[in-house]
Amino acid sequence: MGERIHQLGSDLQRVLASMVQSLDIEHDEITLTAKPGDLNEAMLALRDTPEFGFEQLVDLSGVDYLEYGVGEWSTHGATSAGFSRGAEKASFGRFTFDDPAQARTLENPRFAVVYHLLSVACNQRLRVRVFCDDDELPMVPSVHHIWASADWYEREAFDLYGIIFEGHPDLRRILTDYGFTGHPFRKDFPLVGHVEVRYDPEQKRVIYQPVSIEPRITVPKVIRDDYRFESGESQENDA
Amino acid sequence: MTTVLNQANPKRTMPELRNYTMNFGPQHPAAHGVLRLVLEMEGEVVQRADPHIGLLHRATEKLAESKPYNHSIGYMDRLDYVSMMCNEHVYVLAIEKLVGLEVPVRAQYIRVMFDEITRILNHLLWLGAHALDIGAMTVFLYAFREREDLMDCYEAVSGARMHATYYRPGGVHRDLPAQMPKYVESRWHDKKDVARLNQARTGSLLDFIEDFTWRFPACVDEYETLLTENRIWKQRTVDIGIVSPERALQLGFTGPMLRGSGIEWDLRRKQPYEVYEHLDFQVPVGVNGDCYDRYLVRIEEMRQANEIIRQCVNWLRAHPGPVMVDNHKISPPARTQMKMGMEELIHHFKLFTEGYCLPKGEVYSAIEHPKGEMGIYLVSDGANKPYRLKIRAPGFAHLAALDEMSRGHMLADVVAIIGTQDIVFGEIDR
Repeated sequence: MGERIHQLGSDLQRVLASMVQSLDIEHDEITLTAKPGDLNEAMLALRDTPEFGFEQLVDLSGVDYLEYGVGEWSTHGATSAGFSRGAEKASFGRFTFDDPAQARTLENPRFAVVYHLLSVACNQRLRVRVFCDDDELPMVPSVHHIWASADWYEREAFDLYGIIFEGHPDLRRILTDYGFTGHPFRKDFPLVGHVEVRYDPEQKRVIYQPVSIEPRITVPKVIRDDYRFESGESQENDA
Repeated sequence: MTTVLNQANPKRTMPELRNYTMNFGPQHPAAHGVLRLVLEMEGEVVQRADPHIGLLHRATEKLAESKPYNHSIGYMDRLDYVSMMCNEHVYVLAIEKLVGLEVPVRAQYIRVMFDEITRILNHLLWLGAHALDIGAMTVFLYAFREREDLMDCYEAVSGARMHATYYRPGGVHRDLPAQMPKYVESRWHDKKDVARLNQARTGSLLDFIEDFTWRFPACVDEYETLLTENRIWKQRTVDIGIVSPERALQLGFTGPMLRGSGIEWDLRRKQPYEVYEHLDFQVPVGVNGDCYDRYLVRIEEMRQANEIIRQCVNWLRAHPGPVMVDNHKISPPARTQMKMGMEELIHHFKLFTEGYCLPKGEVYSAIEHPKGEMGIYLVSDGANKPYRLKIRAPGFAHLAALDEMSRGHMLADVVAIIGTQDIVFGEIDR
């Protein structure tokens, strides 16, 4: 498996050349990062070049990197304050209601679209990642004309992340309610949501109202860099 | 159902052809859950089908982002709620892949065995519901008779009949029980009944499963007697919803939907995970890509799954051993150890309050789920919770193709096509 992946990697470098922004191999998986401008051309090449043969788009997902690597728990040394469950917002989006997206400098653009391709003929997989240039209006070209399965996947990514797929024939919401506002899977969208729905006996109809439940954290997000269980040997050495 | 007249041309003088927009579901028994289908009809013929989904959307992926890894295993059961353990499997595989965890072989065999039990469970429900939709009542009752036995296996091993939460990163929760639970006399079961029901339950769970594998082929024969050469069944399924191999790939079909169109693609064979490479089984493939071929493929898959289960039973009998990794950074120590040792107590405390952190990185794991390729795309930023969890549900891609598959067919065929796609809304809406 390992050799084949490296072979695929060098083939990708050769055929796509300048369209390859970066190429990583980890966990026996290969990730290709491309620019939105090159996406259509690169994807067509991936589908139609015989040694790639990626005739299937298996999955497409949006990713919001807003809080990537932000923990809620201090793991180095003690703090005098401690962690108060739910009282203070440690990271935005988790438990407040009208939190404007706070400006944070990200190394990469905030939104990315990740494609998982599968070649049935060559029995190989590839992950393609495209970062959206504009954080305010994330936009990538649609691959609907290359793989028909992109239709609903792109609608889903649009619905949940607000990523616009240029050239998609029918970019409607798909999973959320009729008349829903906002993009719920963005990291600055609270987990409990903004509105709740109930039947109002006085008005005799179903109404929407601001959420009434108290949002809280049960387990804080902890990032530990002293990663300990990579292999049995190093663990014993540490001990 | 409600019908609305098309407003496009109200003043037409010769209204012998009328376009209807028809609302199908979301509360319709043939919609397999909460599918709302807006159909544009010309007479009885479907011009366009627009499925409205999301009525069961629970934001599983976002919920998983706010919980330690192990808390989400139970959510996975509730995705495709007729093949529970397979969903767990793909999730724990993703975690294990990211950690680089080696699972004990016995646990792998147990997982494979329960994956195949789940496959039979899923296909039985599919068969019963599909047949019921197109007018065959009996199959449903037959299928549920066998499902009951398999549900008992779930219960024996995990304590829950459906939402097992049995697979854990690093293995399975516990070893197979040495005793199969038995029926007792009650208002519903008299002495004779109980004796009959307990006949196969005198030994261990493995004995019970083995007994099932000897009984089951005859049951499949029964279903086939009812359906395979049945004239009505063939009229309702042959040449309905034909998908060519090229289109099947384009539309992202996987599993029986892809194999029904004649493409031999099975992850268990092509990209084997766990111990599938040591097991002997066949991959059935269809020819015409219609509903009838997909029916035949799934029937044969049940027989093959039965063979795999028997091979696993034989192996498991001969090879006792651990079913969980002995690494307390990821699996909890035994209760007795925890009560006796300080180190174990600390591990126990950390695991159940904070969970475990995974290294930075991203993985995609995929398994041959009964419905097709189930995948988990997991992004970790080094925390004790997933940064992003994307569930690749096979049914999502299949339902997206409903429009293409049902165009030009009659309204009644839409029901057959929904049935053949094996739709379950837990996984589509997530």
